[in-house]
Amino acid sequence: MSRRMTGAQMVIQALKDQGVDTVFGYPGGAVLPIYDEIFQQNDIRHILVRHEQGATHAAEGYARSTGKPGVVLVTSGPGATNAVTGLTDALMDSIPIIVLTGQVPTFMIGNDAFQEADTVGITRPCTKHNWLVKDTDRLAQTIHEAFHVATNGRPGPVLVDIPKDVQFAKGTYIPPQKTSKGHYQPKVKGDLDKITELVEQMEKAQRPIFYTGGGVINSGRSASQTLRELVKGTGFPITSTLMGLGAYPASGDKWIGMLGMHGTYEANMAMHGCDLMICVGARFDDRITGLVDAFSPGSYKAHIDIDPSSINKVIHVDLPIIGDVGNVLNDMVKVWKSRGSKTNSAAVKKWWGQIEKWQAVDCLNYKNSDKVIKPQHALQRLEALTKDHPDRYICTEVGQHQMWAAQYLGFEDPHRWMTSGGLGTMGYGLPASVGVQVAHPDALVINVAGEASWLMNMQEMGTAVQYRLPIKQFILNNERLGMVRQWQQLLHGERYAHSWSEALPDFVKLAEAFGGKGILVKDPADLDDAIKEMLEYDGPVIVDCVVEKHENCFPMIPSGKAHNQMLLGEASTEGAIDSEGAVMV
Amino acid sequence: MNALKISKGTSRKSAYNLRSTLGDTVETHTIAVLVDNEAGVLARVIGLFSGRGYNIESLTVAEVDHVENLSRITIVTTGTPAVIEQIKAQLARIVPVHDVHDLTVEGPSVERELALIKVIGTGEKRVEALRTSGVFRANVVDSTLSSFVFELTGTPEKIDAFVELMRPLGLADVARTGVAAIARGQ
Ligand SMILES: Cc1cc2nc3c(=O)[nH]c(=O)nc-3n(C[C@H](O)[C@H](O)[C@H](O)COP(=O)(O)OP(=O)(O)OC[C@H]3O[C@@H](n4cnc5c(N)ncnc54)[C@H](O)[C@@H]3O)c2cc1C
Ligand SMILES: Cc1ncc(C[n+]2csc(CCOP(=O)(O)OP(=O)(O)O)c2C)c(N)n1
Repeated sequence: MSRRMTGAQMVIQALKDQGVDTVFGYPGGAVLPIYDEIFQQNDIRHILVRHEQGATHAAEGYARSTGKPGVVLVTSGPGATNAVTGLTDALMDSIPIIVLTGQVPTFMIGNDAFQEADTVGITRPCTKHNWLVKDTDRLAQTIHEAFHVATNGRPGPVLVDIPKDVQFAKGTYIPPQKTSKGHYQPKVKGDLDKITELVEQMEKAQRPIFYTGGGVINSGRSASQTLRELVKGTGFPITSTLMGLGAYPASGDKWIGMLGMHGTYEANMAMHGCDLMICVGARFDDRITGLVDAFSPGSYKAHIDIDPSSINKVIHVDLPIIGDVGNVLNDMVKVWKSRGSKTNSAAVKKWWGQIEKWQAVDCLNYKNSDKVIKPQHALQRLEALTKDHPDRYICTEVGQHQMWAAQYLGFEDPHRWMTSGGLGTMGYGLPASVGVQVAHPDALVINVAGEASWLMNMQEMGTAVQYRLPIKQFILNNERLGMVRQWQQLLHGERYAHSWSEALPDFVKLAEAFGGKGILVKDPADLDDAIKEMLEYDGPVIVDCVVEKHENCFPMIPSGKAHNQMLLGEASTEGAIDSEGAVMV
Repeated sequence: MNALKISKGTSRKSAYNLRSTLGDTVETHTIAVLVDNEAGVLARVIGLFSGRGYNIESLTVAEVDHVENLSRITIVTTGTPAVIEQIKAQLARIVPVHDVHDLTVEGPSVERELALIKVIGTGEKRVEALRTSGVFRANVVDSTLSSFVFELTGTPEKIDAFVELMRPLGLADVARTGVAAIARGQ
């Protein structure tokens, strides 16, 4: 069924045919024909953000919490350039979003026309792929292809730039079923010989570990299920990156916590000392490896990843398996079972004995106070008061609070943790929480924030109020750019250059000015009540939780150091980072 | 199959086939990339090299299949084995890229480059330039009483050698195409 329609109508038809229910956007001259079509239909809900960066992060939150791609619609020029940070964020974290931008009419391109920007040129390095559509007859096909590329293989952001004359002109609409998928068909099935080789290694391993990452989440819910089955069957310990939290439940008995720079002592020591590392959909990021030359020196390393460019990029591995996590794990379980479900259980038991000794160090211990709220304590209370909620989603901003959230909150399921890992974008959390709440109107959506990050996209409170999104902004206010201050303390001779959050707004009044509710809490004795008040309020709410100003985030592997050279607390920080390490970020 | 007998997505030795990346000697590799001939595709490839800090020694591009609208980009690059493998994997994940072939590891290949070389001079030097061009089997494609333009095809090394010999004889200008390369045999 091919139909004639305008380009603007095609955009809406294509989105409907792709199953899109929500678009995050902001209008402008170059997209007015599309907005005109949005006005005349009711199938797709448009959420008017307050800044195009907000739209991209909201779409990321929507995508990460649903497993479906997020969609953004913005105008040409400044609309498009404002989307660049969100595109880069989604590229780094492998989040599927589709950004549609308006462009000046084709006959004006190149003339420095009003609100013209070379959008495909600017966004080429920060998208998985992008297209400029110059012919209405190609528009539907291109949008369908954009969805295919964003969601297949390693997911990522794509952008379709649509000149205004292409939106007005008529062309033939092609439905998704009739669209050629092109040659972009990444390999999802792992090589069975290699999978068998991995199973053989698992059968004899004495000190095995699963190191899992965002790829498990990307692969979908069933991948997490298979992972759980495999961990249960083998009894191997499992750790995860920041991006993979929730794939295996935090309450699971084989869980040893997050690894990496601010990961647990036991997870990092186990990674350092293991003899078999099974990397599942993680990418050996520098927050994980620390000093590359000293990274897990004695282990046999297997790496399951859908993107061949992730293999051997940072760490040389012994056994690469290219394919989709869910697919490969299924085959692993089959092969392992067919060979009799064997492990070297005596050795693995001994290995657990060692891990338990590391766990006994109790690396997340901190000194609590009854005078001032410790940020860790605030999160422990938040966890205690919300963990039984049947439908909880957590977003974060970027900084110390983000790491504490990863350490002190427990994630039982995938898709419930939204954080900016790869790019580390301050200002991600509030708009992301908007996107999550739009997708899950009845859920409990909390953004754990630092006051500095939160201010970066605070305009999105307006969006929350307009659409009655009861998002909870839990701000751990240390009046510092805490993570920066920590590095200045440890690396730059305690010279705190511009790491103060000065002239802060009154967050309670700010919340009220937007039309939401504000709660201020300073005294540890009032903390629980403040959290409960936040949970009970049916609407957008900001909690200004004033916390200890100079708390440092531990454990910490200093930059340029190995996993077994971890700092556990204040006492161990003296001279811990040398000048060579200070060069690294 | 297309005009140059590169079957799409079927090469055993594509980026999916991994080579050991241990070792830190710098190697030179010639990589052939089959791409959709669409706007911006060259910018994607070049942007990849500049963005990730890889070297380009030479790069050529031209459409090779009008029916399927495919172009072939031939890149000569240098790097350690790990870097070369990364380059291939990164190229392969660009959406309009159909196939990546490392001609250096996929068996014997033929490499050719074309150069136009202008030499200005009279008397003894002019005679010597013409004599040398004969030895290299370069063609004279333009001449005046005091200049020649030579056309020379060969490996980059051969062209380098010829250019060096022309330098003292009045070398005025050089235009080179960069390397085109193709696997030998079937
Ligand atoms: C202040 C700060 C501190 C940080 N500290 C830490 C820390 O202490 N610990 C930590 O872990 N992180 C930390 N991070 C996050 C870190 O920067 C990285 O974002 C994170 O470690 C990357 O996670 P990942 O390896 O799971 O990769 P991701 O970025 O999630 O990448 C996923 C990988 O899986 C692959 N993949 C995707 N889909 C599939 C599929 N379907 N099948 C197979 N493979 C697939 C991809 O190709 C990719 O290689 C920190 C970030 C910030 C901002
Ligand atoms: C857009 C952006 N700019 C700068 C940084 C560098 N940066 C990382 S953490 C941080 C401080 C964050 O402060 P806050 O949000 O208050 O969180 P805290 O660390 O105090 O918990 C800064 C400036 C960043 N990650 N993102």
